Amino acid sequence: MNGIPITHILFVSTALFFIGMYGLFTRRNLISLLMSVELILNSVNINFVAFNKYLYPGKMDGVFFTIFIITVAAAEAAVGIAIVINLYRSHQSIDVEDAATMKY
Amino acid sequence: MNYAVYIPLIPLLPLVGFILAGGLGKKYLRSFSGTLCTGIMLVVTLLSLYTAWRYFMADGQWNGVYQKITAVQVSWLEFSPGVGIDMGIVLDPISVMMLVVVSVVSLMVHCFSLGYMKGEDRYSTYYAFLGLFTFSMLGLVVAVNIFQIYMFWELVGVSSYLLIGFYYQKPAAVAAAKKAFIVTRFADLGFLVGILILGIQGQTLNFDTLIQRLTDTQSARFMAITTGSFLGVSLLTWALALVFAGGAGKSAMFPLHIWLPDAMEGPTPVSALIHAATMVVAGVYLIARLFPLFALNAVVLELITWIGVLSAVFAAVIACTQTDIKRVLAYSTMSQIGYMMFALGIAAADGHGYTASLFHLFTHAFFKSLLFLGAGAVIHWVHSNDMKDMGGLRKLMPLTHICFLIACLAIAGIPPFAGFFSKEGILLAAWENNRVVYYIALLTSGLTAFYMFRLYFSIFWRKPADGGHTHSEGTWTMKLPLVLLAALSTGAGFIPFAHYVTPDGRGRTEHLHLLFSIAPVLLALCGIGIAAWLFKKASAQPVKLAQQLGGLYRAAAQRFYIDEVYMFITKKIIFKGIGRPAAWIDKHIVDGLMNGIASATAGLSARIRGLQSGRVQDYALYFFGGIITLAIVLLYVWR
Repeated sequence: MNGIPITHILFVSTALFFIGMYGLFTRRNLISLLMSVELILNSVNINFVAFNKYLYPGKMDGVFFTIFIITVAAAEAAVGIAIVINLYRSHQSIDVEDAATMKY
Repeated sequence: MNYAVYIPLIPLLPLVGFILAGGLGKKYLRSFSGTLCTGIMLVVTLLSLYTAWRYFMADGQWNGVYQKITAVQVSWLEFSPGVGIDMGIVLDPISVMMLVVVSVVSLMVHCFSLGYMKGEDRYSTYYAFLGLFTFSMLGLVVAVNIFQIYMFWELVGVSSYLLIGFYYQKPAAVAAAKKAFIVTRFADLGFLVGILILGIQGQTLNFDTLIQRLTDTQSARFMAITTGSFLGVSLLTWALALVFAGGAGKSAMFPLHIWLPDAMEGPTPVSALIHAATMVVAGVYLIARLFPLFALNAVVLELITWIGVLSAVFAAVIACTQTDIKRVLAYSTMSQIGYMMFALGIAAADGHGYTASLFHLFTHAFFKSLLFLGAGAVIHWVHSNDMKDMGGLRKLMPLTHICFLIACLAIAGIPPFAGFFSKEGILLAAWENNRVVYYIALLTSGLTAFYMFRLYFSIFWRKPADGGHTHSEGTWTMKLPLVLLAALSTGAGFIPFAHYVTPDGRGRTEHLHLLFSIAPVLLALCGIGIAAWLFKKASAQPVKLAQQLGGLYRAAAQRFYIDEVYMFITKKIIFKGIGRPAAWIDKHIVDGLMNGIASATAGLSARIRGLQSGRVQDYALYFFGGIITLAIVLLYVWR
């Protein structure tokens, strides 16, 4: 475990972040967008855990934050999916391009 | 019974009438509202007469001097302790006299209107307005302070406006109402500034305190107001001249008289009440009320005298040429008020003019309202205001004829009618104080007799009676006021007025100077004779005479082009010289600036509108782009 340098882990998390970001900008399906957001959040979680482990091994703050983010992400997914369902009911579609009427 | 118990009822009851007739009249009271308001006025008149009797006969005097009794005083607006405006009722000889005049004339007009306005659509509204007017006028005459007078002053202005414009379907009536309102408003601006100067310098608005403080020639306040100056004229002179300007506007004195003849568009009883007997003499009353202050200032008194005498002769000349009977009466009113004004102007030395002026106000109220009500009866009969449509009515309207004749004799100053006594008083005061004024006034009294009898002969003689009209002369409600006012016009002159009303409250006995009266009476008889010669029978004489007089006649018939001068000043000078450039600046510079900002904003927003697409992903992209930019800035540029 100690043999893996932090840069590797950071590389993974950065890759994960940009994959999520890419998905967020290119996908049209709202559920895919939610999944992309999960990816972004998870890359952040990896960062937290990695820095906690490598810089302050005696402390647990990073881990706590990770758990906190997972909780919030669960809530966010619940709310997001509720929105998606309502959007489907009113627009008969979950395509993000069709949901452009909010600006009015 | 204490004064405070019933005195407030005098002004407040007409207000109740206004509220009842105005609020319930259209739906519930209908034709009963006239009877109701007339009944209320009867009570008010009885109360006023009782007050006058008690004040003059029983408890007004103390050591031979009529006291000023403040019957009621309540603090109305209190800005801070010691600085406030009171409302109240003050009783002194002139206010009690005015109470009687206003309530009696108002009662007569209420009663006359029962017949005259019968069947009008807005019958109850008419009575509501009359009630409002009576309330305001009574409130004005009993005012304890100058601000209260100003407030009621504006209220009578409003009720006058409402009543002139009563026939609001007629464009002429609407224009006349607006004209009356604007002209008097313009004058009231001066009045307000005058009040403010007096109030600031005297540190009070209360009449008594104000007069006491500013007439004490030793006091610091007196020094301040007489030495302080603006444009080389002392503050006291400014204040009094501006107050006089307000009075001149309301009383239709020379340059501000243009609204009064047009105000005749209102119903005729209204002209009798407002534009003959009560509201138009408010200016005279105001100056009489502040007389101790005016007496200190020779400059303003001079101004009052000359404006008064000029208005008197000027209006009398115009009255000789008008053919609308109400306009003749309007100019005659202006002329008579001119008499009252100049009598006040020359009263500083001995106070005779003051008594005579108010005496003339008193008698004039009765015979002038009688003239207007008589004219109303004639107009009701003929359905026209123009002399040309009248003639030979003496057989058809015998009662109106007699009453009108009495009023004409009274205004012409023929003894023993009321006008004789008061006019003699004024002429005598003029003779003693200012001979030039006396001769002009004498000439005017001859002219007065001439134009009044021109009116009289044109209405009641000139043509043989035509039997076309069959309806009766009028209901008893229309006849009764005529008879009562005729009795007052005959008898009011015998009241020993100087015994009651003098500047210092001390009664005086005045003697008639029979020799002195010869000249004015002869001149009046001459005027009557000429009028009879010209107008008693239909003839070509008047037209010929008018042609011989040429330019003078035409100028007088066109009211000396004063209206045209006003039109020129307002349209050509004020509108073109000031209004148009101001409008241009407003349109092109002020609006231009605003419109420029607005269109720049609109253009910018049209460009950037595309950014707000409504797509979540676009927003996320901007957000992300912003964060990247911030990160770059913080990491590499900011360091």
